[in-house]
Amino acid sequence: MNTYQPLKEALTHYLFFTGKGGVGKTTVASATAIQLADAGQQVMLVSTDPASNLQDVFETSLSNHPKAIPGVPGLFAANFDPVTAAAAYRESVIGPYRGILPDSALQNMAEQLSGSCTVEIAAFNEFTNFLTDPQVAQRFDTIIFDTAPTGHALRMLQLPAAWDNYLAENSHGASCLGQLAGLGDKKASYQKAVATLNDPDLTTLMIVTRPQSAALLEASRAAEELAAIGMQHQQLIINGTLMDPMDPPSQAIFAQQQNDLENMPAILTTLPQSEIPLRPYNVTGLTNLRLVLKAQQPAKVKTLDRQSENYHTLDVIVADLIKTNKKIIFTMGKGGVGKTTVAVQIAQKLAAQHKTVCLATTDPADHLNFFKLNDPAITVRHIDEPQVLAAYQKEVLATAKQTLGANEVAYIAEDLRSPCTQEIAVFRAFADIVAQADSDVVVIDTAPTGHTLLLLDSTQSYAKEVQRSTGAVPAAIANLLPRLQDASQTEIIMVTLPEATPVYESLRLNADLNRAHMAHTWWVVNQSLGATKTQHPCLQARAQNEGQWLAKVQAVSNGHLAVEPWRPDFETALLQI
Amino acid sequence: MKTVELFEPAMCCATGVCGPSVNPELLMITGAFEAMSKVDGVQATRYNLSNNPDTFSQRADILAAMADDTETNLPITVVDGEIVKQGTYPTLEELGHYTGLVFVPADENKGCCGGSGCC
Repeated sequence: MNTYQPLKEALTHYLFFTGKGGVGKTTVASATAIQLADAGQQVMLVSTDPASNLQDVFETSLSNHPKAIPGVPGLFAANFDPVTAAAAYRESVIGPYRGILPDSALQNMAEQLSGSCTVEIAAFNEFTNFLTDPQVAQRFDTIIFDTAPTGHALRMLQLPAAWDNYLAENSHGASCLGQLAGLGDKKASYQKAVATLNDPDLTTLMIVTRPQSAALLEASRAAEELAAIGMQHQQLIINGTLMDPMDPPSQAIFAQQQNDLENMPAILTTLPQSEIPLRPYNVTGLTNLRLVLKAQQPAKVKTLDRQSENYHTLDVIVADLIKTNKKIIFTMGKGGVGKTTVAVQIAQKLAAQHKTVCLATTDPADHLNFFKLNDPAITVRHIDEPQVLAAYQKEVLATAKQTLGANEVAYIAEDLRSPCTQEIAVFRAFADIVAQADSDVVVIDTAPTGHTLLLLDSTQSYAKEVQRSTGAVPAAIANLLPRLQDASQTEIIMVTLPEATPVYESLRLNADLNRAHMAHTWWVVNQSLGATKTQHPCLQARAQNEGQWLAKVQAVSNGHLAVEPWRPDFETALLQI
Repeated sequence: MKTVELFEPAMCCATGVCGPSVNPELLMITGAFEAMSKVDGVQATRYNLSNNPDTFSQRADILAAMADDTETNLPITVVDGEIVKQGTYPTLEELGHYTGLVFVPADENKGCCGGSGCC
């Protein structure tokens, strides 16, 4: 397979990096941007991920305005935090009326402009601006989008098409989009954004994956879904292939990678492919980002002995969960850290301790379908977004038909096609699962980070909504937030990897949980290479690097930390192939 | 020509389906205003704080009636320039009284309203 060398390719003006969280797409996007800038190009690197780690990669703070990256002439970066963008949007709407309308009216407006659909629209507005601004197009030779983890990226990229139809077909001008004054004026921008995304001469979808079956499967989904909405110009970048195995651990990893690559989903075999070998150093900081894509690599890497420590195992966590009689258990973390695996293992260990368990996933990628779960004590539930959306629409329309005529029902049906309706539908399904009382314990494998944050955020705003709503609120929803905040019945287990980005990410999630007063104690660090005693320099480099991240987690969790060793059968033992 | 204006608090969407549950009152109001919009001789308009802050800010009567308690004082119903109801939505009977229309259940005549000047 060819090595990924962006300088040797005829790249399009716009590049979109996508892939399962944790595959290194920020790293690959950043390294690509640096190489192009070093070759004399003017490059814009944009992150649209609500949980972006672009700032960590460049070790500098970023905003939604292009910022010149110190040390890389020609490279500019911007980071859209859609939440910040929504706040700016909110101020632009409310600001002009300050001192004119009563304060209570301004508060009322602010509250309604704080919903998840406002956040999404704000993010999308920014995204469209970059994609359609002629000045941006002229000033930069290449514009690189480091998009969010796949589930979120799919939604985001589906927005142009979905909203384009929505704007064209919504004759009432009401609903969630209607609250944004002048949105209709932007129709031309949205159309241009859609056209740009679908133009193979302008835009390439760079699908990043690890040489590992779950990541490849996710990549095939992204390829298929995005091709279906028109982004047909795609290429596959396989990040982190291990070269020259020389001892049992590295041979095991090598064999697993080669096997998974040979068996990659058919749709991916039709795409142009390139690979980035695993390096004997961690790819953070400018020096290593510059180095990672170069053909010439340093000959020798200094090695250090790593002290091994004794950490807790998952069994200790499960014993504690049983002792404290927890009813609702979440595994939380960025995509790709193995939180589904941890959720499955916890469910199995609880079942072995004679608990009945409901195992649920809100992950759009539905990983649980791939696990072998034959234990009768475990019930598996999945929130299927299209299905719960259809069910919610049906329910609302049934209610509406009792009191309204055909024309009015058609009006309601329009509102039900709005983007936020989907979030509500998913939220209700989520509340139902949490409220179910058939099992002793509910174990929920939450979705990747951006999605998780939105879910928890909507949990909060709906709780407010519930207090003043005059409609009949399902008990499951009214009871949800207090239960999530009750430490005596709920535990949120943070799952991470012993690497920079996943740990930074978890620390942010940790801060968010604290702000939302969510109960959480335990951390799991997955796939630690330290215990394998490998002699392979690339794996040793990773193992040595783990120490500082384990120490960080050890400190933030007050020692409530379990470390799971790297296993060649991480997925194959559980995956149904 | 009867003019009916409804000044409402900020809402995500006019029908309330964006909330955690369906609000039947808003469904009724949505249906009633849709129906009135088709009747000659009645001009029925809804203003929402998040969609139409301009209209609110330009109306001295509405600003005065809102005072500084939007939650208590909205929605406000105005008929021919006179505030006739505030704090709660008008009922169908009241809307009929304001306009001289008679509202009949939708399923009895396929989604149209009954009464003078309708259909």
